Amino acid sequence: MLDNFRRSTFRHGIHPEEHKDDTRDLAIRRFPFAPTLLVPLSQHLGKPAKVVVREGQEVSRGQTIAEADGFISVAMHAPASGVIRKIGRVPSISGDLVPGVYLEPYPASTQEVADGEPCRLETATPDDIISAIQRAGIVGLGGAAFPTHAKLKIPEGKSLDTVIINGVECEPYLTTDHRVMLEQTDDVFMGLRYLMKATGAGRGIIAVEANKLDAVETLRKACPADLPITVEVLQVKYPQGAEKMVIKALLDREIPSGGLPLDVHAICVNVATTAEIGRLLPHGQGIQERVVTIGGPGIVKKGNYRIPIGTPVRFALEQVGVTDDMTRVFLGGPMMGPAVSSLDVPLTKGTSGITAVTRAETGAHGERRIYPCIRCARCVDACPMYLNPSQMGILAKNECYTEMAEEFHLMDCFECGSCSFVCPSHIPLVQYFRLAKRMLRKTARPA
Amino acid sequence: MKLSRTLQIASSPHVSSGASVDHIMYHVVLALLPVVGFAVYAFGLAAALVIFTATASCVATEHFLNRLNRRETPVSDWSVTITGILYGLTLPPALPLWMVVIGGVFGVGIGKYLFGGLAYNAFNPALVGRAFLQAAFPQAMTHWSEAFSPGRFTDLPSSTLTIPMAEPVYDAVTSATPLAVMKFQNATTGVPELAFGLTSGSVGETCAALILAGGAYLALRNMLNWRIPVSILATVAGLSFLMNLIAPGEYASPVFMLFSGGLMLGAVFMATDMVASPITNAGCWLYGLLIGALVVVIRYWGGMPEGVMYAILLANAVSPHIDRLIQPTVFGTRPENGEKKDEQEGTA
Ligand code: SF4
Ligand code: SF4
Repeated sequence: MLDNFRRSTFRHGIHPEEHKDDTRDLAIRRFPFAPTLLVPLSQHLGKPAKVVVREGQEVSRGQTIAEADGFISVAMHAPASGVIRKIGRVPSISGDLVPGVYLEPYPASTQEVADGEPCRLETATPDDIISAIQRAGIVGLGGAAFPTHAKLKIPEGKSLDTVIINGVECEPYLTTDHRVMLEQTDDVFMGLRYLMKATGAGRGIIAVEANKLDAVETLRKACPADLPITVEVLQVKYPQGAEKMVIKALLDREIPSGGLPLDVHAICVNVATTAEIGRLLPHGQGIQERVVTIGGPGIVKKGNYRIPIGTPVRFALEQVGVTDDMTRVFLGGPMMGPAVSSLDVPLTKGTSGITAVTRAETGAHGERRIYPCIRCARCVDACPMYLNPSQMGILAKNECYTEMAEEFHLMDCFECGSCSFVCPSHIPLVQYFRLAKRMLRKTARPA
Repeated sequence: MKLSRTLQIASSPHVSSGASVDHIMYHVVLALLPVVGFAVYAFGLAAALVIFTATASCVATEHFLNRLNRRETPVSDWSVTITGILYGLTLPPALPLWMVVIGGVFGVGIGKYLFGGLAYNAFNPALVGRAFLQAAFPQAMTHWSEAFSPGRFTDLPSSTLTIPMAEPVYDAVTSATPLAVMKFQNATTGVPELAFGLTSGSVGETCAALILAGGAYLALRNMLNWRIPVSILATVAGLSFLMNLIAPGEYASPVFMLFSGGLMLGAVFMATDMVASPITNAGCWLYGLLIGALVVVIRYWGGMPEGVMYAILLANAVSPHIDRLIQPTVFGTRPENGEKKDEQEGTA
C-alpha cells in the first residue's frame, strides 16, 4: 500500500473500487460470429469512411469495405467473410442512427484473415508506416477512437522526444489492456518499433498502473535490448490513464490548456492499439476485431474476449449470459462508459468493455437525494484538471454556460466523472458539464 | 432465446464514493458529543438544559419554517442539529432559557432560513444566534458561573428559569472568565487549567483537548479542512508571540491566547462551516489568517475581552470574495507552460 504512494502520479484524482479480480487472470478467448454484423462507417473521431462495396457483394474477412475519407479518417474492414446485405443506417450508442453496413457472415466463415500488402519495418519510410496505419483502420482502442496515424504526423515546427505507450487502464472492471500486455507482449514491442520509426522519437516508455505488476514483469523480461524503452509503474489512481495525467506522471509536463501532447514533445498511444499495429502491419491486414472485457455483477461468464467489430451487444450478452437482476449495461467502464439504451447497438473499435450491473449497484445510486452544494471542496480536491466543479455546477444550474467556459475553463474538463463520484450532495456535476458543452456547441454552430 | 430487458438509462459515472451530506453531518454531531459531555460534567444541570434548549429551539424553528413553506423537512440531514449544539456550546451556562430560545429562533430563522436554507447560509447560523443575544442581552451574555461548583448536578442557577422578559436574578457564585480576568485585572490563568477546561466560560468552549480531538477525528475523515483551524491558531500564536517580543508583559502570552475563550471551539467547529468558508485550500489559509488576526486585534485592543465570534462572522462575509480572488490554477495554464511554448516557437 505504502509502495503505491511512492510511485509517480498526477495530483488529485480518486480511488474507486477496482473490480478487476474477476477477469484479470482469464486468458483472451475468441468469440463466434453474430448472424448479422453492423459496421458503422464512423467508429472514429473525424470523417466517416467511404464505402467501396455494393449491396449483395461477397466480401472476405479482412477485406477493405470502406476507405479513409481525408486525413482524419480511417478505413473499415470486413469483420467476417460473408455478404453485404444492406448499406444504410445502423443504431449507435448515442441513440441516433448512423451510416453503416450490414454484413451477414457465411455460416462456415472461418477466423482466417486475408493478407494485404505488408508494411515491412526494415524498409518502410515514416510516411509509409503512417499511411499503412491509416489503411489498417487503426484508432485509439482505449476508448477515444482518435485515428492513430494522425497523431504520428509531426507538423512543421513541433518536435517529439518520447513515445508513451499507455497500459494504465484505470477504469474499474476493465482488464483488456492487462491481458494484451500479457498475451501479446511481442506485438506490443513490434508496434512500438513501428511507432518510433514513424515519429523518430528518441525513447519509448510503457506506462502501467501498479495493480498489473505481472504485466510489468512480463514486459520488462521481453523488452528487446536494442530499443531505448523503459517500463514504468504508476500509482493506482483514477483517471491515471488519461493522456494528460500519464504525461504529467511520467515526464512532469503539463499539456497546455487546449493543446496536444505534441506541445510537450510527447505522444501517447494505447497499449492495445500498439499491439494491433505490431500484429497487423507485417501482414498488411486491418482491424476486424478487438479485445473486450465483458464483466460486472450482471454477467455470468465474465471474461476477456476477442470480438468481431459490429457484433451487437445483445449477441455478446447472449453468449456470456446475464443474471436475472441485471438492470444496466454500459460500454467501457463505470466512470466514463455511456449506458446503452438498446441492445441492438454494435460493438465498435472504441469499445473496451461491456459492463453489466444489477440493481444492487445502481439502485441506491440512482435514487439518491440531491442536496444543494455544501461547498465541501471534495470535487475541487478530486478534479485532475484543477477545475472548480462546485462553482461550475452552480453556474450550470443557472444555465450560465458561457461564463463556465470563459471563466472556469469548462472546455478543459475531459468528463472523467471524478467530481460526480465524490460529491456528497450527489449533484450530477459531470452530467451538467456535458450538457453545458453541448449547449455551447449548439449556439456556436450557426455563427 | 432472444435476450430482452428493460434497461436503466443513466449517464456515467455509474458508481459513487457513497459519501453523503447526512453522513458527514452525522459525524460532526458525533465529534461534538464529547464536548457536550464535558460541558455537562463541568457546569452541571444548567449546561445540559442550555444545550438541550438550544438544539430543540433550532430544530423546531427549521421544522416550523419548512412546514410553513411546505418544504420537505431536512432535519434528517443533521445540519440544524449541529447548529443547535454549537449554538448551545457558546452560551454562558446560567443564561435564562427563554433567551436561549430567542437566540436559536433568530439564528436559524434569520441566519439560515432567510438565506435559503442548507448550503445557502452566508454566515454560521449558530454565531448569528449568539451575536443577536450578545447585542440584545449584553449583561446576561457576560455572566459566567463557576465550573465544577459542588451543587451543579442538583441545583439550577436561579437565573436559568427566569420568566421571559424578566430581569434574571443571579446567585452569588459567579466568576469571571480567564480572558476577562486578563483584560480587566491583567492576571493569567495556568495553561493546564485552560487546556482541560477547569475554568469558567461558555458551556462548551472550555475543554481544548476534547475540541481538538473532535477536530482531528473529522479532519482524518476528510470532513473538515484542517487548514482552517491550523491557520487560525498559528496566526493567533504568531501575532501574540510577536507582540510579546515587542512589549513583554503587556500582552497575554501565545499559549494563553490559544487556549482561552472560544478560540478552540470557534477555530475547529465554527470557522470550518463548509458553506461559509472558502472552497480552495489556499483560500482557507487566507481565511484562517484573517480570523486569527481579527481575534488578536479584538482581544488586545478591542473593548471586549473576547472576539472570536465577530472575527468568524466578519471572515464569513469576506469568504465569497476570497473565493473570487483565489481560484484553483487550471491544469496546463501555469506560466512555465508558456515558457515551454515560447522556447519551441524560438527553435521553429
Ligand atoms: S469531470 Fe471534468 S470537472 Fe469533473 S473531475 Fe473530471 S475533469 Fe474535473
Ligand atoms: S463535492 Fe459536491 S457538495 Fe462538495 S463542493 Fe463539490 S459540488 Fe459542492
